[in-house]
This record gives sequence, C-alpha cells and structure tokens, in this order.
Amino acid sequence: MTLVLTALILATIAAAFFFGRHLAVARTGAAVSASFSDRAHSLPAYHGYFAAWSVGLAAFVAVAVGWLLRDKIEPSVIAVLILATIGLGFAFSYRKIGPRFRARNIVEGFVKAVLLLCSGVAVLTTLGIVLSLVFESFRFFEQVPIFDFLTGLQWSPQTALREDQAGQSGAFGAVPIFTGTFMIMLVAMFVAAPIGLLIAIYLSEYASKRTRALVKPMIEILAGVPTVVYGFFALLTVGPTIRGFAESLGFGVPTQSAIAAGSVMGVMIIPFISSLSDDVINAVPQTLRDGSYALGATKSETMTKVIFPAALPGIIGALLLAVSRAVGETMIVVMAAGRAANLTGNPFEAVTTVTVQIVSLLTGDQEFDSPKTLAAFALGLVLFVITLALNVVALLIVRKYRERYE
Amino acid sequence: MSQSTSAASVHNSDQALKRLKARKSAESRFRFFGIGAIFAAVLMLGWLLNSIVGTGYTAFYQHYMTIDVELTESIVDPDGVRDPDELRKANFRKIMQEAIYARFPEVTDRKEKIALFKVISASGATDQARQMVYQNPSLVGETLTLSVPTSDDVDQLLKGYIDRNAPEARRKVTDQQIAWVDALKATGEIKSKFNWTFFTATDSRDPELAGIAGAVVGSLMALFVAFVVSVPVGVGAAVYLEEFAPQNRFTDFVEININNLAAVPSIVFGLLGLAVFLNFFGMPRSAPLVGGLVLALMTLPTIIIATRSALRAVSPSIVDGALSLGASHTQAVFHHKVPLAAPGILTGSIIGIAQALGETAPLLMIGMVAFVTEIPSTLTEPASALPVQIFLWSDSAERAWAERTSAAIIVLLTVLITMNAVAIFLRNKLERRW
Amino acid sequence: MMSLNTQSDEEPMARFKPVGEVINMSEKREETIAVQPKFQCRDVRVFYGDNEALHGIDIEVAKTGVTALIGPSGCGKSTFLRVFNRMNDTIPTARVTGEVLMDGENIYAKHVDPVLLRARVGMVFQKPNPFPKSIYDNVAYGPRIHGLATTNDELDAIVEKSLKRAGLWNEVKDRLKDPGTGLSGGQQQRLVIARAIAVNPEVILMDEPASALDPIATAKLEELIDELKEKYCIVIVTHSMAQAARVSQKTAFFHLGYLVEYDETQAIFTNPKDQRTQDYITGRTG
Repeated sequence: MTLVLTALILATIAAAFFFGRHLAVARTGAAVSASFSDRAHSLPAYHGYFAAWSVGLAAFVAVAVGWLLRDKIEPSVIAVLILATIGLGFAFSYRKIGPRFRARNIVEGFVKAVLLLCSGVAVLTTLGIVLSLVFESFRFFEQVPIFDFLTGLQWSPQTALREDQAGQSGAFGAVPIFTGTFMIMLVAMFVAAPIGLLIAIYLSEYASKRTRALVKPMIEILAGVPTVVYGFFALLTVGPTIRGFAESLGFGVPTQSAIAAGSVMGVMIIPFISSLSDDVINAVPQTLRDGSYALGATKSETMTKVIFPAALPGIIGALLLAVSRAVGETMIVVMAAGRAANLTGNPFEAVTTVTVQIVSLLTGDQEFDSPKTLAAFALGLVLFVITLALNVVALLIVRKYRERYE
Repeated sequence: MSQSTSAASVHNSDQALKRLKARKSAESRFRFFGIGAIFAAVLMLGWLLNSIVGTGYTAFYQHYMTIDVELTESIVDPDGVRDPDELRKANFRKIMQEAIYARFPEVTDRKEKIALFKVISASGATDQARQMVYQNPSLVGETLTLSVPTSDDVDQLLKGYIDRNAPEARRKVTDQQIAWVDALKATGEIKSKFNWTFFTATDSRDPELAGIAGAVVGSLMALFVAFVVSVPVGVGAAVYLEEFAPQNRFTDFVEININNLAAVPSIVFGLLGLAVFLNFFGMPRSAPLVGGLVLALMTLPTIIIATRSALRAVSPSIVDGALSLGASHTQAVFHHKVPLAAPGILTGSIIGIAQALGETAPLLMIGMVAFVTEIPSTLTEPASALPVQIFLWSDSAERAWAERTSAAIIVLLTVLITMNAVAIFLRNKLERRW
Repeated sequence: MMSLNTQSDEEPMARFKPVGEVINMSEKREETIAVQPKFQCRDVRVFYGDNEALHGIDIEVAKTGVTALIGPSGCGKSTFLRVFNRMNDTIPTARVTGEVLMDGENIYAKHVDPVLLRARVGMVFQKPNPFPKSIYDNVAYGPRIHGLATTNDELDAIVEKSLKRAGLWNEVKDRLKDPGTGLSGGQQQRLVIARAIAVNPEVILMDEPASALDPIATAKLEELIDELKEKYCIVIVTHSMAQAARVSQKTAFFHLGYLVEYDETQAIFTNPKDQRTQDYITGRTG
C-alpha cells in the first residue's frame, strides 16, 4: 500500500516535470535564439523542476495531513483531498510558467533550503542527544538524589530493583564506576601515549619515505579494527596471558581486569595519538628545524629541545582527544573489564566503567521507567558532558596552536 | 683571526669530541626508542591477527558422519497417511538413534547408547531427516544415506583441541566415544568438509549448526539504511556549509556542533536511538531500520567532514571559470565543484560506512542483541548484526564458540579491509590534483 | 687561550691532522694567495634527485670579510650557500659531489660530522626563525647543546656577549625571559645572529637575511654585518644588488646554476666581464 502510494506520487512528480518543461517550450517558443532582452529568463528544464517541486511539495503536505487525520476522516475523502492538492500544484505551475518567470532562481532557492535542512540534521541530532539524556536523567534524579549518585560509594542496581529498596541511597552510588573508568583510561594512556608519540616522532623526523609507506598503513589497520574485535582479543588472549604471567609470579589475577582491558584499549588508541601528533609535529615550521640544525644540533636534540616544546600544546590537545576516546570506548571494557563495581586502586582487579554499566543496565528485558534503566541515561549524561568538555578544550588548544604558525 | 682559530679549538678540543660522542649515542638511543615503538605496535597487530586467525581458521571446516538411516514407517508415520504436516511432528530423534545404534550393534548398555548418540549432532541430524521427509513424504519406509554433522565435542576432538591424554573425568569426550570416533574416522565414515553451514545458517544454540547468514543480512540491511540516509544528508550539509552558508552565528554553531558530534562516544548515539526512535516514535525494537538510522547519525559527521575537505580541494579557479561564463553560483557548484569532488566524497562515504559496519555498542542499546534464528526479510523484523553476533558468541566459554567467534571476526575484518582497500584504490585512481 | 692564539696565528693548518695531498696543495697556494682562504670549492655539483641544480662550481672564499652571492631567482645561490654547512643533507633527495675544503679539509669527507661542522659554520635564514622560547634560551640553546659553558655564570656571560655583539643587548637586557617570538622582525633577525654567534663559529652564512625586514632594520643589520666581518668569514646571499655593493668585498654572480663571474665587488659592479653579469646588474634580466 505504502509502496504503491509512494510510486504513484513519484510518477506524478515526474509527470509535473515534463509538464512544466513542455509548457515553457510552448510559451517561449524559439526564444533561445532571440536577442538577450527577449530571451526567456530560465531554461525550460528549470520550469520543469519548478513544476515538479510545486507538485511534490503539495503532495507531501497533503499526504502528511491525511496521515495525521487518518482515524478521523474517511479514506476516500483523504484520497480526494490529496488529488485536489496535487491539482492545485499543477494549476499554480500553469499560471506561473512563462518567458519572464524566474524559475531558476526559485528552484535554486528550493535547493538551498533543502541543503540547509540537511545541515540542520546535525543540530537536531545534538539536540536529540541532549534532550533525551537530560530528560531521562531528570526522571532518574527524582527517584535517586543527584548528590547520592555522584558521591555514593556503592553501586548495586540489581538489588535496587526490589520494591522496598528502590531509590534507597547506596545502591546507585557511581563513584566506583568513575574510579574504574579513570583507572582503565590511565592504563590505556600509559600504553598509548609513549608508543603513539614515539611513532609520530620517528615517522615524521627519521623514517625514510619507504619506511613511512610501509609502517603507516599498518598503524592504520590498528585504527580500523572494530572495537568488538579488540574486546575479544583481550578476552581470548591478553587476559589469560596476563593471568598466566601473574600466576607464574605467584599472584592471582582474574581474566577480566583493568590491566587487560586498559592495555588493549591502549593499543587501539595508539594510531589515534600517532596520527594526530604526526600532524601537529609536521605543522611546526621547517625553519625551526633548519635553525636548530644550523647551530649544530643533532636530530634528537632538535626534536626534544625545539620541536617538541613548540608542538606541546598541539600534542596535549591530541592526548586529551585520546582520553575522551578512551573514556567513551565501550566494547573492549564490556568484554574484558568485568561488571562488578569494585572500589579499588589495583589495576589487577576487575573494575567496571560508565559504558559497561550503561550496557549492562540496558541489555536484557526490563521496564523502561525503572530507576535501573533511567540510571543508564544519567550515566550517559555524565559520559556526554565529560567527553564534550574534553573535546572542546582539546579543540581550543589545537586551534590556538595552529594560529600561532599561520 | 684570533677569534676564528680559538673558536675552532672550542669545537675540536678533546673535551668537545668526547661530548660529541655522548651526544651521538644519545641520538642513537632516541632513534632506537622510535623503532622500538613501531615494533611494539606492529607486534601487537601481529599478535592480534595471529590469535584470531589461529583460533578461527578451523571453523571453516567441520566433521560430518555418513550414516544409513532407515525411515521406519512405524515410527515416522504409524497411521500411514503421509500428511507432510503430521510427518513433521514425528519422532525423528528415535530414527537417528536407531540409525546410529544399528551402526554399532555391539553397544547394548543404556548409558553407553546415550554416549554413542552424542557422537552426532542430535538436533542437526534430526532436522536434516525431518526436512527430507517433509519435502518428500514418499521416502518413508526407505533407507537413506545421510551426511550429518558430528557433535561439537567430537568435532573439536578431531581438530585436536581436546587433549586425549587428559584424565577421562576432565575431558568432554569419554574413552569409549574416542574409540568409536577413531573407528569411524578410519573407515572414512567421518570426514571433514568445508563448513557451508557457517555461511548459510543463522544463530543456533548448537555451535555445529550456528552460522552468520542472519547477522550478515541484518548488517547489510542496517548499512543500506545508514548509507541511504547519511550520504545524501551528509553531502547536502557539507555542500551547504562549504558553499552557501552565510558567515554568521548559526553557521558557526552548526560547525562546532558537527566537530563535537564526531567525537561523541558511539554508545551515546545508542541512547539517543533508544530514547527517541524506540520510546518516542515507537519504532520496533531490534529492527535493522532503527539500527541503520542510529548508524547513519553516527556516520554523518565523518561524511560531512570528508565531503568538505574534498570540496575545498577543488581549485577555486574552476568555479571562477563557470561564474565568468554567466553560470549561477548553484550551477557552478553542482555542475563543476561537486562532480570534481566526487572521488573524495565517495572515499569518505566508504570509510564512514566501513566504520559503521564495525560498530557494536549503539546496536546493543536498541536491542539488536536478540537471539534471532531466522534470516530477516524486512527492515522492521528483529535482526542481529555481524559485530553483535561476535559479541554474543564471545560470551560462551566452549572452544567451539571461540572458534566460530574468531571465524566471524575473520569474515568481518576481510570485508572491512576490502572496503578500505577499495576506498584507497578509488582515491588514488580518481583523485585529481591541482 | 693565549698559547692557542699564537700558535694559530703563525700556522693555522697545524691543528688539523695532515690529509696528504690536500695539505700540500694548499701550502703551495699559500705562496700565490696572500691570505689562506677559508673555503676552496672544486667542481661542486648539487643534484635534487636527477636534476642538476649547480654545475661544477669552483670558488675560494677568504678567511674574513663578506662574500656576496647574487643572481636571479632560481640561479642556485641559496643552494650553494647551504653547501658550506651541509644543510643540503637535511633534504632527502639532495646530493652533493665535488670537494669543499674548509681550512684545507674536505667537509664532505666521510669522517666529517655535519653536527660538528655546523657548530663551526653558523647560518642565518631568510625569515627570522627564533625558537618559541625565551630570548635567553634562544641564545643559550647552542652553547648548551655543545657544552660550551660549565656554569650558569659562564652561560650568562656568553649570552650577554653574543647579544652585545649582535647589537641587541640594550634592547632586550631587561626582558631576557620574554619569548623571542615577541620581538620585531629586525630584532628577531639580530636575535638569531646572536644565537649563531653564541656557538662561537668561524663562518656565518646569511641567506637573504634582510628580505623580511623594513629599510631601518635592514640598515641596522648591514651595520652589524660590517662589524662582524672583521672577525668572521661571512657569506651572504642577497637579491638586492645595492646591498651586495654596500656590504661585500667580493661578489659572485650565479646564473642558471653556473658561477658566471667572481671578483672584487667593486670590479663586478663597475666593470663586469661577462655579458650576463652586465645584463643582470643593469636590470635587463632577473
């Protein structure tokens, strides 16, 4: 039904195009060859587009109104209404089209309006994110005080599902989640920052063209591996390896631990840091390198004493973006970090993160209005605010840095 | 004169030369760290690929047992009506049991019989016989030769993943089962074949019957929706911002918005989908349509940014040339600039869609984690997606599941690398430089 | 210091290990040329990939005084300047053949370390390129990496002496901790000269040092070059013929990668021997 209707409307719009074009040719005659002042303003095709737009818009409005009123009015009435509106569209075009009519300007105006709507989608998306997070979080904070959520030391949403415990303080204390997120981020940055930076330095200052051509794609593959694959790698290989190593030293370490998830996440972030820092280092003007070499500095002296300090703001920006990425990463931690909310400073224990909790709260069957599901939105809001802040600060730093060398 | 010679001595003195030597070794140390970092990253990549491929490649073949099955009328169709719908409900499990007991008549003990039946995949073999009879009721009473999958434990044993020397109690297959399997293997009744099931079947409780077809179709549907929505909208937005947008607050706001959207964690897009598409608009849960829309919103910034840089790379002289011939601004943009930027737009779109293919977290939020045993045929049916299937399987501890998870990852990575290679190829082939 | 000075004044070559033939040749030349040249170039060619940018340059540069390299854009004068401190080594595709003898020693010989060479041959670039550090740290950078000062007081002294010699001390002595990038263009250019002097070089190469400066800053810079020429061997690339005439004692004219003419500045500008030189200095080409 929907399909037939859509096809019919599309056919009508196509017909309108040919109608408009034909009409324009008929009314302007051989105007194309006439002198400039006598010529029709727009090519016949633009009149066609104009007619198609008019009819299409009319049909769209009519169908939308018909759909909204579908329960109140007879279908036959709606059909007549739609047909009448389409007829109006045709009549409007019929009246307008002629040699003096500026069809092209109007069609171009339409096109620009549609393009503007397209960029509006990005704004709507942000708006949708902010509104849905804020709205659901607000409902959560009606049941669990925001202060308890941000400062509570105990997180056990499962028990809070029980009627008598709902909203009780202690069950939704998110501090262990924040510390877990922070610790995994630290482990990841501990792995990724030095390796990523050194790769960027080596590739931009030392590597030959051939080495670059060989190494860069390999690093890019690391960036292209889906996070679920990293998660499985952490679960299948890295976790057991770390556990085995710890056991050989006489420690007991669970397969799911902050160190396993964090180090694999570090590997995931390496290409992110190296390519951003590579850009930043390359943006340092060649004249500074020349100045340093001309004084008899070696490459490493030039790098550590001139280029690195000059690029430092940009590199800090890159690291902040990497932190934001680590905080928001989901699948690796879901699969390899564990779900128990331990308040611990030991990276060899299982910890949980904001993203893990969002997933575990929202997968499985549950009522949408329970504090348990709403808590996921509160965590989402925290995540959104933190990553947004990190990005804004990082972009500001990077932009400032760029301005310095332009 | 005196200045220049004393200067020379400063840089040539023994002390300076000694210092130079120390500086040189600091230089090589630094260089070594750089090489070490690259080596570490490449090593991790190698380790990852090796561990996935090493675990997964055996899932591409599987062991099947050739067995004679007598479709005894008294069990399958005691009433003799040959009604396909009645036949479907018959006790085919018993048929398969009889078939394998007939192969080993010496086994009489009840416990041993149960163990013997576990050599083959119970549901796999039963379903196969049932399907054949349902489609051709005239087969009742005849003896068929079927090739049925072995159980996952037997398959793993034959692939060498179960230690035969381990004590029997800590092993998933008994000594007796090993003896049977070895005998069947020696006679050629158990053979390994290419595992078509993995590519044609949907998810299943039994690893030997599980496949990725359902998930692949779900992924394709979601990607189709994502592509159809995000590419036109993304290109439109980019063209507007790059060519038509006035310099004002609103434009600045949109730009900042897009940059920040590109860095929003993917799971937040999932929350958006859950709150807006599912709860507010009441769209169906687990549907590829919703998954595709969420992925489209997530891909949008990537496509906008790629398109804008492609447009910016087109020489402004092209537009100037068109304008000087009396073309309108819109005509200049759509007749010249956009077509010339098309290769860059295409590459950016492919890379964006490839990212969307690997995304898992937002799909979990909108319920695409359901256990789906049918290949979805419309955009609103419950479906899974390939990365989600990987996530679901990774949860199971059995070796057979790890093998299949890895195999699914191999498929996913192959597709992703192909997509990126195509993107790079197109860029190099079509790119024009000014 | 005293003993070194006296020794060097008499016999400048003595500090270098003898390199056989080369030493003998330069000793022979000493009879004909009154002052031992700082640089002797023999058949120097520079390639960028397969493209030969300089075709067999032979030239001698005096120990003190200013030598100007002039010629139209793209003639190879800047490329040739970078031959003296092996800056072309930093361009991956560049290759230099021939011999460049500095005090009789080939600086392109295998055992010569470009790092050490550049400490002895300073360079000032077209656009002032102070490091994004303080004025003090800019000047102290070279002495620090080369270990020229053992105490902070010594370093302070070197910085002060260099800034004084570059004529910048009075302008910056109260704000040594301010960023070097905050100075005016002319001050920045004198800062990088101070930075080069601080390393205690024998030669200072200048690549169109005044092209980014206004006339007043240019005049100051030229004054400085005039003072420095008493103690250093200065090679300057310039596209301003007036500047070449004002500051240099010797001038070399380059054209399309060839050294067309090399003579006393006076002679080049009043009585050029080659038609191409004449065309260039009278403004018919270039």
